[in-house]
Amino acid sequence: MEKTLNLKDHRLVKKRNKKLNGGVRGKWIVSISAFIIIGLTLAITIFLTIKGLQSFIKNGLSPIEFLTSLEWNPTSKDDPSFGALPFIFGSFAVTFLSALIAAPLGIGGAIFMTEIAPKWGRKFLRPAIELLVGIPSVVYGFIGLTLLVPFIREHVGGLGFSLLSGTIVLSIMILPTVTSIATDAMSSLPNSLREGSYALGATRWQTIRKVLIPAAFPSLLTAVVLGMARAFGEALAVQMVIGNVRNFPESIIDPAATLTTIITLNMGHTTYGSLENNSLWSLGLILLMMSFIFILVIRYLSSRRKV
Amino acid sequence: MNRKLANLLATGMFVTIAMIIVSLLVALFSYIVVQGFQKLNIEFFTSPSSNIRAGGGIRDQLFNSFYILFLTMIMTVPLGVLGGIYMAEYAKPGKLTNFIRSCIEVLSSLPSIVIGMFGLLVFVNTTGWGYTIIGGALALSIFNIPIMVRVSEDAIRSVPRELKEASLSLGVTHWHTIKTILLPGAFPGILTGAILASGRVFGEAAALLFTSGLSTPRLDYMNWNPFSETSPLNIFRPAETLAVHIWSVNTQGLIPDVSEVASGASAVLVISVLLFNLFARWIGNVIHQRLTAVR
Repeated sequence: MEKTLNLKDHRLVKKRNKKLNGGVRGKWIVSISAFIIIGLTLAITIFLTIKGLQSFIKNGLSPIEFLTSLEWNPTSKDDPSFGALPFIFGSFAVTFLSALIAAPLGIGGAIFMTEIAPKWGRKFLRPAIELLVGIPSVVYGFIGLTLLVPFIREHVGGLGFSLLSGTIVLSIMILPTVTSIATDAMSSLPNSLREGSYALGATRWQTIRKVLIPAAFPSLLTAVVLGMARAFGEALAVQMVIGNVRNFPESIIDPAATLTTIITLNMGHTTYGSLENNSLWSLGLILLMMSFIFILVIRYLSSRRKV
Repeated sequence: MNRKLANLLATGMFVTIAMIIVSLLVALFSYIVVQGFQKLNIEFFTSPSSNIRAGGGIRDQLFNSFYILFLTMIMTVPLGVLGGIYMAEYAKPGKLTNFIRSCIEVLSSLPSIVIGMFGLLVFVNTTGWGYTIIGGALALSIFNIPIMVRVSEDAIRSVPRELKEASLSLGVTHWHTIKTILLPGAFPGILTGAILASGRVFGEAAALLFTSGLSTPRLDYMNWNPFSETSPLNIFRPAETLAVHIWSVNTQGLIPDVSEVASGASAVLVISVLLFNLFARWIGNVIHQRLTAVR
């Protein structure tokens, strides 16, 4: 049988043509995926903002009262009140208190891993801490509920469900985040800084305190702020230990509530579109705004990075 | 104070801090694993959960967790890799690229409860589906896309520049270079990153509370028709995952053996995350050795 080779069917010739088309098509597909990311971000921001403003626009809630009043009683028949200040305070309180605990521990751990025992730190501590970043937050909440709450009830006082429990659970939760980012910050410092300082006769502590920490300061702060952002947005772990009461906490062993815990608890069983439900979306809007603010703070810090 | 003494004291302080962290880690892990391990048996994995009585298992929750994870990864890995290719290869420095980077940053720093609320608004109420598996998977995709984009971009950027230049200088087009040189080179990094991301998705709960719900219908595992009401594969049924189950048994507290179920489920969750991590490290090493012949 005679077989003629058709040039068009030849692999190379055919492929060359296809390749060029593929290039254009490929670029389109790739660009579309990038625009999906933009679209998603805009959609989340716009939808949640519109929904969060409903309670002020449609239901006529006063934004100032919402942000400053201490009374939260949306189910009252005669005079429902929507003062979110206790929850806003609760969110900020647990965030700052847990950062106060986690920051020294995390940064200290990072310095130990990079400056004092680099080999040991890199081999054991670092993988262990990276593993801890992946522990689900409900597990932290569950351990807090079974170990920490009874412990505080018996040894510190109060019900056990308290700001203190929430703070401790959150600080343990954000500790791996803070430590691993702080370690990155410390280990990315150029070695010449250390060598220069040692060559001048400084001790290790003097080098750390006078040279390395100032040089890495913006990055270390970034680590703490990222940890705070995580703490601020955490819902379930805090909800399980903080007690979830509407009252303003008077001491650290009083039960309290945060923005996230109130949303978690009430979103499921309020009627969609009712005033009470809409006020929860407004709380969500505060969370959204705060996460933007955290990003701006991190941007500002990274623009001040010196090394 | 003597500076030598200060140095010694400071070193002692850092060692103490490291010891506190290490003992915290060890205590946490051993508590979860030891507490939970006693409760793990075949029955715990194979019996359905109970709402009122003691002795419920986690069969359905475990299945739901893996199913939602699977759907999420199917949606996010291609999108994340394409996004990573765009960021590493096509994005020109400028306003648009900066804007996309900001978007990725915003997406990755959103609290998961906020993503859950967006899911409730769009995938549950606007579409009218109610609590569904697909709604949960879509919500988790939002949570996972920025991670996957970042992972893919880093992996593609870490492919040696010479490889790409050699390919281009042989006359291969840019897109063909991406397909045949850069993607295979970045594959180990992308795979490792995807497995690590799976661990995070697997443990996520807050985004699922209002999207895939707190209940699971009665499932018939012999029914493989994905459109049937009782089929486990049906993507339009509500589904409670393992992480959500831990939360809901603790907060609703209706069953008498809350702490047993919760500690067993926590152990399963933590051990799974651990396995995801170890598997990612192992497979990353194996593929790296295969491709580069580095011992």
